[in-house]
Amino acid sequence: MAGSKEIRNKIRSVQSTRKITKAMEMVAASKMKKAQDRMRASRPYIEHLFDIAMHLAQANTEYRHPFLVPREAVRRVGAILVTTDKGLCGGMNTNILRLVLQRHKDWRAKGVDVDYVAIGNKGLGFLNRMGANVVASVVQMGDRPHVERLVGPVKTLLDKYVAGEVDEIVVFYTTFINTMKQEARSGRIAPVPRQFIRPSGEVVKADAKAGGWDYIYEPSAPELLDGVMRRYVETIVYQMLAENMASEQSARMVAMKAASDNAGKIISELQLIYNKTRQAAITKELAEIVGGAAAV
Amino acid sequence: MAAPTIRVDVVSAEEQIYSGEAEFVVLPGIAGELGIYPRHTPLLTAIRPGAVRMRIPGQAEEEFVFVQGGYLEVQPHKVTVLADTAIRAKDLDEAAALDAKRAAEEARANKTTREEIATAEAELSAALAQLEAIRKLRNRA
Repeated sequence: MAGSKEIRNKIRSVQSTRKITKAMEMVAASKMKKAQDRMRASRPYIEHLFDIAMHLAQANTEYRHPFLVPREAVRRVGAILVTTDKGLCGGMNTNILRLVLQRHKDWRAKGVDVDYVAIGNKGLGFLNRMGANVVASVVQMGDRPHVERLVGPVKTLLDKYVAGEVDEIVVFYTTFINTMKQEARSGRIAPVPRQFIRPSGEVVKADAKAGGWDYIYEPSAPELLDGVMRRYVETIVYQMLAENMASEQSARMVAMKAASDNAGKIISELQLIYNKTRQAAITKELAEIVGGAAAV
Repeated sequence: MAAPTIRVDVVSAEEQIYSGEAEFVVLPGIAGELGIYPRHTPLLTAIRPGAVRMRIPGQAEEEFVFVQGGYLEVQPHKVTVLADTAIRAKDLDEAAALDAKRAAEEARANKTTREEIATAEAELSAALAQLEAIRKLRNRA
């Protein structure tokens, strides 16, 4: 049986670990509230924007924005991967990276090349280890999503799309469902899809209308569509990041709570073992003294 | 029979500002004020800073929302305003708007490069539109 001193050291070390996980849990809990509010606040906006984008995809206009025209063959895909910068947030990053790996294999099997834009440290590290082609990346974004920092890297991919080097743009991100549940999702953003999936999993289809939508454009179609499409991409990226951050804080809080609980359990188990060894030592000493006295 | 209504949604990136039925909507389009009745032909346009007014069925007072610019989609039964920022009429603050206007005017006077002037002018027009909206609101009251 281990000596009582070792057990005491072990207890102390687990106690300090618990202090750390407890602190991280509380920090995550306080950040979580804000991150969730931010993410919820912008959801209606993106839904309406998606609605309009889907209508535009069906509209008959003299001017066809590249985002609205599906390509015949997909030879190269651009993928935007959103992950967290830091770890210790449960299985969240593992889930999203597993999804990426699976889709990557599917693409490769079909002979499709993939260009990645990595947002977040974890994804960037993973893609580099995988040997994937990363064309741009943003890391260390802090606690608030900043669109300005994302626009540059995302634009490199959009430019490739407009130039015809990339035929499809896909995003990978973690959707916030509730504090206990986050889900890895992937979805196409360009060409504009015909349906979009709400965080609840509900599928919203574009209202099909015979003959498509015919709009009056003011001032002119090209100017307007460029503006709306830029807004569309920026908002999606912002929302993905907001969802990712809300998910990160929630996942971290839950993971750290589990860690603190486990540390507590280990401490009480170790305490029991410690008491037992101490008792055993005392009993042994007593027996020795009694034995020694009897021998005299 | 009640007058036909059209669904109006005003959303900004920060929140859902207004959602409900209206008999008639007035919006600040980029090319001029737009009055939308139900069954309007589909329309997509940019909007400039100004007030969105809605006539709500069964309500004497018009509903007011101030928008800072953005996009507008009209469908026969639905109007969607994607506002850059939107403020409900009751949250409008005249003093704050006046301050913003003064600051913007000063900024315009001090700025030299074209870009800075353009930014300052955009701020000024937003402040002016806000004041305009407040005045309209006051005249009615």
